[in-house]
Amino acid sequence: MSDPTTVTALWWAVIFSGLYHGVNPGMGWPLAVSAALMERRPVALPAALVALAGGHFLAMTAILLPFSMMATLAIWERELRIGAGLLVLVMGLFLLVYRRHPRFLARVPPGRLALWSFLAAMAHGAGLMLVPIYLGLCGDPATLDAGHQAAGTLMAGNIRAALLVAVVHTAAMSLAGGAIAVGVYFWLGLRFLSRSWFNLDVLWASSLVIVGCIGVATALL
Amino acid sequence: MNLRPDPTFHPTAKMAMQAPVETLAFTLLLSPDGSQPDGLAVVDVDPASTTYGQIVHSLFMPNKGDEFHHFGWNACSSALSPLTGHAFLERRYLIIPGIRSSRIYVVDVKDPLNAKIHKIIEPEELFAKTGYSRPHTIHCGPEGIYVSTLGGGGKDGTDGPPGIFIMDCETFEILGRYEMDRGAQDKHYDFWWNLPRDYMVSSEWGLPPQFENGIVPEDLLSNKYGHSIHFWDLRARKVTKTIDLGANHQMALEIRPAHDPVKEYGFCGVVVDTTNLQGAIFTWWRDENGEWQAKKTITIDPVPADADDLPDLLKGFGAVPALVTDIDLSLDDKYLYVACWGQGEMHQYDVSDPMNPVLAGKVSIGGIVNKTPHPNGKSFGYGPQMVEISRDGKRVYWTNSLYSTWDDQFYPGDRGAAMVCADVGENGGLTLNKDFWVDFPAGYRSHQIRLEGGDCSTDSFCYPNV
Repeated sequence: MSDPTTVTALWWAVIFSGLYHGVNPGMGWPLAVSAALMERRPVALPAALVALAGGHFLAMTAILLPFSMMATLAIWERELRIGAGLLVLVMGLFLLVYRRHPRFLARVPPGRLALWSFLAAMAHGAGLMLVPIYLGLCGDPATLDAGHQAAGTLMAGNIRAALLVAVVHTAAMSLAGGAIAVGVYFWLGLRFLSRSWFNLDVLWASSLVIVGCIGVATALL
Repeated sequence: MNLRPDPTFHPTAKMAMQAPVETLAFTLLLSPDGSQPDGLAVVDVDPASTTYGQIVHSLFMPNKGDEFHHFGWNACSSALSPLTGHAFLERRYLIIPGIRSSRIYVVDVKDPLNAKIHKIIEPEELFAKTGYSRPHTIHCGPEGIYVSTLGGGGKDGTDGPPGIFIMDCETFEILGRYEMDRGAQDKHYDFWWNLPRDYMVSSEWGLPPQFENGIVPEDLLSNKYGHSIHFWDLRARKVTKTIDLGANHQMALEIRPAHDPVKEYGFCGVVVDTTNLQGAIFTWWRDENGEWQAKKTITIDPVPADADDLPDLLKGFGAVPALVTDIDLSLDDKYLYVACWGQGEMHQYDVSDPMNPVLAGKVSIGGIVNKTPHPNGKSFGYGPQMVEISRDGKRVYWTNSLYSTWDDQFYPGDRGAAMVCADVGENGGLTLNKDFWVDFPAGYRSHQIRLEGGDCSTDSFCYPNV
């Protein structure tokens, strides 16, 4: 489970999920385009991206940190990973069955981009998608020498790992979303928005289900 | 839910102008005495079609006495808002309120020639869930479909102020009232907004006893109809400023914001100034300090007339007022169309400079005194009223009825429904199309028009023109 290939694969999963969240218009890149167009100055685009990234990062850490605390209970590692996997699976199934969109996001004023990004990520279970990946990394002795360390050190290591996962994921997300926003703003134009926007609802929910299943399966192996 | 955004949703107003032109129009039919059920007429507006200008399908409701007035779509270009992040609604259902019955019909027009009723919301449900009555304007906004109402609770709609309620845009369940702090707003009519700038503007007609049984002359002469416009923080749901246009400016009706959301201005039509019988248009805007302002930028004088040519209501004045009952702004924010229902004229103003509108074109048809016939020789009853502009701005359609009981006061006798079309010149100007004339079923009047794929008074755009 903890061989270097797996660890590399898990980090790639962190990056890939970031890119995936970034290209999804539902995670906010059209807001960056809109900000620059409304303010009539390109600099508003990176400013909006930073706010969106901040909100997304907070949402990731809000989900990952509680798990990093629990991961110190190394003795329950397997149960924890199974539970986390099931949680993600259930969230995915819920989103598959309950196809309504969260209305409260529409109440956020257009100026509060970080808050919007945080709530959007929470409502869609974006942080949960990272949990099985993160727990996989925590179980890895190369990431931290679990089982041979004092609880305090272990926890500090887990928190560090959680923050690192959130940073890498958010950076990948901002890169992907930012690239599309810049492309649309400078070259592609808004027509790209209505042409390229696919309904990712089912794909997104299925991703959660798959990630959850993998989480459970790897814990059982 | 679609896999891709509905092709009739456009990020900007400019893109909507470049979209394929309309081939069908939806026009509301109302039975003025409630003797027949109201209906929806599907009109062929494709000049290449053999049924051009004809009603190609009609859908009549299962009830009588609804009095259809305004209506709107379940979804429009506002679904592309970057904040909602879910662009996959279909522009498929027309939400048609009965202004007299308070009943709401949801009509499925996916196959327009086979339009059918999808859902009926009975008045009791509306009363119970909102405490409002007499639903009117429809717009698609944050959290769902917004519907303005003209009445509060109780039999005559005066138990509490009227306001806006929200409907779910997929299930059409009534979710409840919109307002959290309505400030001085105690009457209602129209509303519209600027979604990215997060503000809404609403207007005032009068309370139900002031319009349901006809205009109340004493109320008009003592300036008791609405004369204020309200500016709202859209998502905080509160009035941030109320501007009183002056008590003499009676009946502030249609609110038409610039379609390009970068622009923070718009227009409001006022039916009549009781000091001089002028019709008026106000321009409202947000100044450099962020304060809302409004200023009268267009006035239309009354025309002296012989008392014998006037209905009882106007005999004492010896003049026919313009009666500005509807206005509409083209998608390029260039031309404002103003219906002068009393005088029988449709005006076209160049509002490129919104503070200095210039009359660019004019068409005479109908009218209390003039009764100008259509160029095809047929008589056009009443005057130009509900006006709708094609997305590309090249065609302007209008009908002729204002409101059943008011029609009868200003134009006694039954004068028939009409819907006409005028062509817009390259550099402005307006000419009636003599080949377009719709024959309506006997006993009906015609009200608001909606164009297939959206028009100039439905869609809210979330991105600036570039």
